[in-house]
Amino acid sequence: MSKFEFPPSIRSRPVYGTLEARPGKTHLMIADAEGAEAILAVATPDLMAATHIIYIPKGTDYADKLRALKPAQFYEGPTYAASVTRIQRVLQDAQMGLQVYLAGTEGLMGQAQNEAMKAGIPHTAIQTEHRGSIARRMQCVHCKGITEDVETDPFVCSHCGLNLFVRDHYSRRLAAYQGVCIDAEDPGNVPPQKGIYE
Amino acid sequence: MTIQFNDETFRDDYSFRNSERAIKRFPFPFDKDSYMYAVNMEQHRGGPSDSIYEKRFDVDEHYVSEMRDRAMVLADDPLRCQSLPHMTLAGWDLLELIMVSKSEDYPDLFQLHRDGDQWHWINKPLGIDDKFTFMDETTLPYGPMEYITRQTQGDFCVLDQRDDNLWMDAGMITTQADWSLDFDIGMNFFEWHAPVPLAHEKGIFVRALKFLLNIQQGAPARRLNWTMTVNPLLDTSPENYHKWGIQKTELTPENIGSKQHLRVELQTFFRLPRSNGLVFPIRCYLCSFQDLMTSPKWGRRLHRVIRDLPEELATYKGFIDNRPMMLDYLSKFDDGLPTSNGIWPEFDTEPPLQK
Ligand code: HEM
Repeated sequence: MSKFEFPPSIRSRPVYGTLEARPGKTHLMIADAEGAEAILAVATPDLMAATHIIYIPKGTDYADKLRALKPAQFYEGPTYAASVTRIQRVLQDAQMGLQVYLAGTEGLMGQAQNEAMKAGIPHTAIQTEHRGSIARRMQCVHCKGITEDVETDPFVCSHCGLNLFVRDHYSRRLAAYQGVCIDAEDPGNVPPQKGIYE
Repeated sequence: MTIQFNDETFRDDYSFRNSERAIKRFPFPFDKDSYMYAVNMEQHRGGPSDSIYEKRFDVDEHYVSEMRDRAMVLADDPLRCQSLPHMTLAGWDLLELIMVSKSEDYPDLFQLHRDGDQWHWINKPLGIDDKFTFMDETTLPYGPMEYITRQTQGDFCVLDQRDDNLWMDAGMITTQADWSLDFDIGMNFFEWHAPVPLAHEKGIFVRALKFLLNIQQGAPARRLNWTMTVNPLLDTSPENYHKWGIQKTELTPENIGSKQHLRVELQTFFRLPRSNGLVFPIRCYLCSFQDLMTSPKWGRRLHRVIRDLPEELATYKGFIDNRPMMLDYLSKFDDGLPTSNGIWPEFDTEPPLQK
């Protein structure tokens, strides 16, 4: 599975590409779940000799395959939240010419991209490739709480419990799409859940 | 002319009212009998006496009550006012622009005395008399943008200009037509406009941005935008939509004349001198259908515009479900006579309703 063609959408929605090995002194690859496949697809021994991989398996079993690439550094984290301080630390040390590769879910790529931008990495040195789940990281516009990995529309806010519909409007600063109350004008009338692109 | 400030509310019992003067100067946004998005911008260089275009920052009878409503919104949700760290200089630019404009345009209401960087600001309607050091944040109770926009009607987006784009990096947003500053802060011109239907395809935003990037200091511009609001509710925010959305279902043929409001935004654009930013004040004016119908021209025209408005726009503006009821009401004020060009009501020359 794992390569999904996103339908055309509005201007705030990010678009993702396909990773390619770029010349650079050092390389930082951050991926979750099936994002590992995108790394496996570009890996060469030369590239890996200068690469730090930060990987969050999310229940998949790609970690050993990545380890077998013999990257210069390899870290397997249990969750993104647990890995983020390490990501920040690595980006702090970034030297001129660092190449950043992000692969996997939108939530992972969005958040890691934010960290890279905050660390001053030029956007031209950051590549992204979507792989795996098409779940979205959603912000509830009402309570501001973030719900990770939302697969259905509508969904229930994990913080305030409102029924929210999934908008395409996307904030790079929050690395999240916007969720808005679906039954405000007819309380209790919540349409059946369906997959986001169904 | 002296302004009598109303004591009124924009929530709960909705005691907001427009005086006859306020109705006559209401910025009716349709210059002809149909409406479609366009790059409708012109220079902001005054306008007819006592019109909402006359002054740089219009102050009207709702001023004091609107500022009270803003303070309540901010107390409930401080995220309605945000400024990214690099925007403080633009905040000072804005404070200066408003203080200078208001003290020159309304000397009986506002006074500004400057002695080098020692400034003395007097706002009589709000009972404010503050001395502070210009460019020294520690001498004001809030950051400069928040300080001055707590005293100025309308929402404010403060845009940073870089990479041939505008970035929404600061704002005071408490009277918005259903969009979130907290969500949109940091976005560029195309990103925050992403949800708008049809306009991208028509190339409107590309042309509009080009115009904005070239706005010069001392040569502000303006345009009108509009939507519909049930009850005179200023805070139609997405944040609170789960609370106010239900009010849209409370319209009836009996109450629509007083409950349904045309919501018009006078949007202006000013270049800021030190930061080279751009400020975008969005001033909201509300008028009930029944008050609008006192102008025969507006009655005829509003019916035709709402009837023929493309479905995408009625949906985006959030009144598609209520459009049939609006048309039942408005059709009574349309006798089929022609209307004169332009937005002004032309009370003296427009024929009275013929039915
Ligand atoms: C830099 C100044 C501007 C700012 C900060 C701004 C901001 C916004 C925002 C936040 C929205 C709501 C989008 C949403 O649904 O989330 C909007 C809507 C819109 N804007 Fe702008 N805008 C600006 C300038 C302009 C200009 C110059 C035009 C000229 C054509 C324009 C045309 C529109 C239109 C047509 C809509 C849809 C409004 C409706 O149908 O009610 N904007 N704008």
